[in-house]
Formats: sequence, structure tokens, C-alpha cells
Amino acid sequence: MRVLQESLIELLRRTSAEMPEDVQRAIARALELERQGTIAESALKIIERNIELARRKSQPICQDTGSILFYADVPVGFDEIAFAAAARQAVRQATANGWLRHNSVDTLTGRNDGTNLGPGSPALHFHQHPSPGTDVRLILKGGGCENVGSQYSLPCERLEADRDLDGCRKVILDAVVQAQGRGCGPGVLGVCLGGDRATSYAFSKTQFLRLLDDRNPVPELDRLEQDILHTANALGIGPMGFGGRTTLLGVKIGAINRLPASFFVSVSYMCWAYRRQGVRLNPDGGIERWLY
Amino acid sequence: MIPLSFPLTEEHIRALRVGDEIEFTGLLFTGRDAVHKYLARGGALPPGVDLRGGILYHCGPVVLKDPDGAWRVVAAGPTTSAREEPYQAEIIAKFGLRGVIGKGGMGERTLAACAAHGCVYLHAVGGAAQVLAECVNRVRAVHLLEQFGAPEAVWEFEVERFPAVVTMDAHGHSLHRDIEAASRAELAKRL
Ligand code: SF4
Repeated sequence: MRVLQESLIELLRRTSAEMPEDVQRAIARALELERQGTIAESALKIIERNIELARRKSQPICQDTGSILFYADVPVGFDEIAFAAAARQAVRQATANGWLRHNSVDTLTGRNDGTNLGPGSPALHFHQHPSPGTDVRLILKGGGCENVGSQYSLPCERLEADRDLDGCRKVILDAVVQAQGRGCGPGVLGVCLGGDRATSYAFSKTQFLRLLDDRNPVPELDRLEQDILHTANALGIGPMGFGGRTTLLGVKIGAINRLPASFFVSVSYMCWAYRRQGVRLNPDGGIERWLY
Repeated sequence: MIPLSFPLTEEHIRALRVGDEIEFTGLLFTGRDAVHKYLARGGALPPGVDLRGGILYHCGPVVLKDPDGAWRVVAAGPTTSAREEPYQAEIIAKFGLRGVIGKGGMGERTLAACAAHGCVYLHAVGGAAQVLAECVNRVRAVHLLEQFGAPEAVWEFEVERFPAVVTMDAHGHSLHRDIEAASRAELAKRL
């Protein structure tokens, strides 16, 4: 229990302070693409410097340390109750150490008790898998970018979007234009086609667990991802909405079944401060290796 | 890169155009949701605190107290400015602000107030909490701390070369409006 808790504290610290390598590579590539002497270039340079400073000082990359989302893939017979208790203790400790801001507010009273613990926080998602290992992934999802996410119900008359892949494309690009730079772009889209309102948004978030430079194994979705990425980057919104060539760093789309009556497209927006890490745990709860 | 320093004059501000990159040195005041509502509804600042010629920074910083009693700024990135839109124009007029720093841009009323009173909106890089905290040399004072709590209090920061971009100038131009219109036009060609 103690060992597991320490592992989770380290997972929280590293996620908050150290940008994953795939995201750093994408930001470096974006910086090469922007024209020299533009404000887009300056913004990306500040972002790079910020990533480096946070890592060196072991302090949060962004002060909004976000919603705390754990995704645990666990073997059959795993004790989820014990894990949840360890995760809560780890969150309490990581908050006391300054890796997480006092970031969780009682919705009814407006009170913030400074622990980051309460109904819904942290959020824990468990999945059983047919293997003996335990993988724990963590996303810290900022509020500013969460606010620019949106859900569409097809057909959408305003956008002339039908219930097909072209309709999906239209609404996803609409979400990009609506967001402008307000989600602290350049961002990454996690999209779900289908599902009900709740499962659709939840599934869109799991797309952020993918590596930025992976390719979607489903050919239609892969084409759509590439198309949205290139189209969005041709719109000139740019980092922070200052104008420029990098509006998005990536697009990740998944599809789940829907009811005949519904066709939802849910778009979650992740800011450049894309904080996501993961660990494979050994049987005593220690960290065997890092997943990203 | 245009250097600016406190206190700012109307002339400094009117010379700025949308897209200019600036670095600000001098005294910076923070204020976010609670302070905006408070000031716009007739609340007063403590005696001796004067925002005239100054910049209000939309920021809820993370500030720690060192054992010797000095404040240390740990994170100080901008917060979303749009929430202050109902109050900003009045505060610019009443307190003689020359600049507002935040992220995401603001609306038409603030833009009009910038033109009328000689003020600009400066966009800092959202999320750059560490880089921007490094620009703070010293915390000079804090006001309304008891009343609003640390993130919502008015902090007086002495900053050096704090980077930001003019995205709304004192001539009625808004980079946000221009980029949004241009990006919508580009999208229309690609649908
Ligand atoms: S959107 Fe992301 S980068 Fe921007 S303030 Fe929120 S968490 Fe930070």
C-alpha cells in the first residue's frame, strides 16, 4: 500500500512537471514550421522554455493542474478499493507538495478545502484486462481547454452536417474555429463518434492516452484524423490564436456504437500543456517502467 | 520587441498596434473575478493603492510564504479574460488603467473602452506559469487577501521583461476579431 502510494505520488509529480516526449517533439516540430520573427514563433519559444523550467524546478508546467483522471488497466482479482484509497492519499500528498494546485471546488458551497479530494475527484476509471500486469495512466486535464470542448448532435442544420463522415468532419472543424486560441492552443483534439452523451465525452478523453505520433488502425478514421489536422493548420489560427501555422498538434478519433436515434460527435480539446503519463506497476506496487 | 515600463502614459499606449510584442518592466497588479466584480460594484482599493498608469493582470498566482516571511511566486500564468468582460470597461475608465494582461482576448465593450481611454489588451502565453513567474522579482504588497483569498487577491508584483502581445489596441483593432474572421473564411473554402 505504502509502495503503491509512493508510485502514484511520483506519477502525479512527473505528470504535472514533465511534458511527455511525444508532445515535446510535436512542439519542437511546430516551432520549426512557424515563420521566423512571428508572434507564433515567440509564443512557441516561451512554451518550450516553460516546459524546460518546469522540469528543472519540478514544478507544475501550468498552474491549472487540471482534473485528475486516472485510467487503470488491472488484472482479474485486483483490489480496486485499496487502489482508490492509495490514489486519494497520493493526490493529497502531491497537493501538499505543490505539484497540484488547490483545484477542486465544492459545487454547492463554493468551498475549496485544498485537498483536491471530493466527489468526482480524483476520477478513477478501471478496466480489467486478461494479463497479470497493472498499468496506470494519468491525465491532468486543464479547465480552460475543457471549456472549449463541444458536443454535436447530427444532423446539424446550422453546419449542414449529415450523419456521415463528412458531417463529422464539418462539426469537428467547427469546434476548432469556435475554440480559436482560447483553449491555449496549439492543442490536440480527442474525438468520439457515436455513443450516448456521457459515454461519448468519456471516450473522447481516452483518445488522449494515445501517442501523438501513432496512426489510427481504422483507415477511415486515420484519413479523417489527417484531414482535420491538415485543414485546421491551414486556417491560420496559430498558437494562442495569434495567427500562424500550428493550430493543432494532433487529432485522435475513435468511434463507438450509437443508437439508431442518436449520432453524437464529442470533441475534447487538450491544451499544449498536454499532461499525460503512465506506469507499469510490479506486483508490490513499485514502478516497473514508464509507459510514455 | 517593445520595452514598456511603469507608469505608462497615454502616448506610450496609443503608439502600440495589434501584433506588437512587448516586454513590461515595473509594477504589475493582479486581479481576477472577485476583484473585478468588487471594483465595478463600487468597492474601493486600500488607501495608497493607485492603478493609474498601471496594468491589471488577470492572474490567480500561486504564492508561497518563505520561512523569513517573504512571498515567493511559484506560478503566475494568465487566466481567461472573457469572464471579466462585464466589468472591464468600467474599471478601465474609473481607475485609469493603461493595460490589461490576460489570455483569450475580450469583447467589444472592452475594445471600445481601450479606444476611449487609451488602454490596450495584452495577451500573455497561456499556461506559461513558470516562465512568467520567473519574471517576478519581488512581491511588493498584497491587498484584499483576507477578503478574497490568495488567488483572487490584488498582488503587486515587481516584474522584469514580462512578455506579452498586443492583441487589442487603443485604435479599435482586435487581433482576435481579425483571426476569427480570417479563419472562418479559410474554413468556408475547405468545406
Ligand atoms: S488551458 Fe491548459 S495551458 Fe491553458 S491555462 Fe488551462 S491548463 Fe493551462
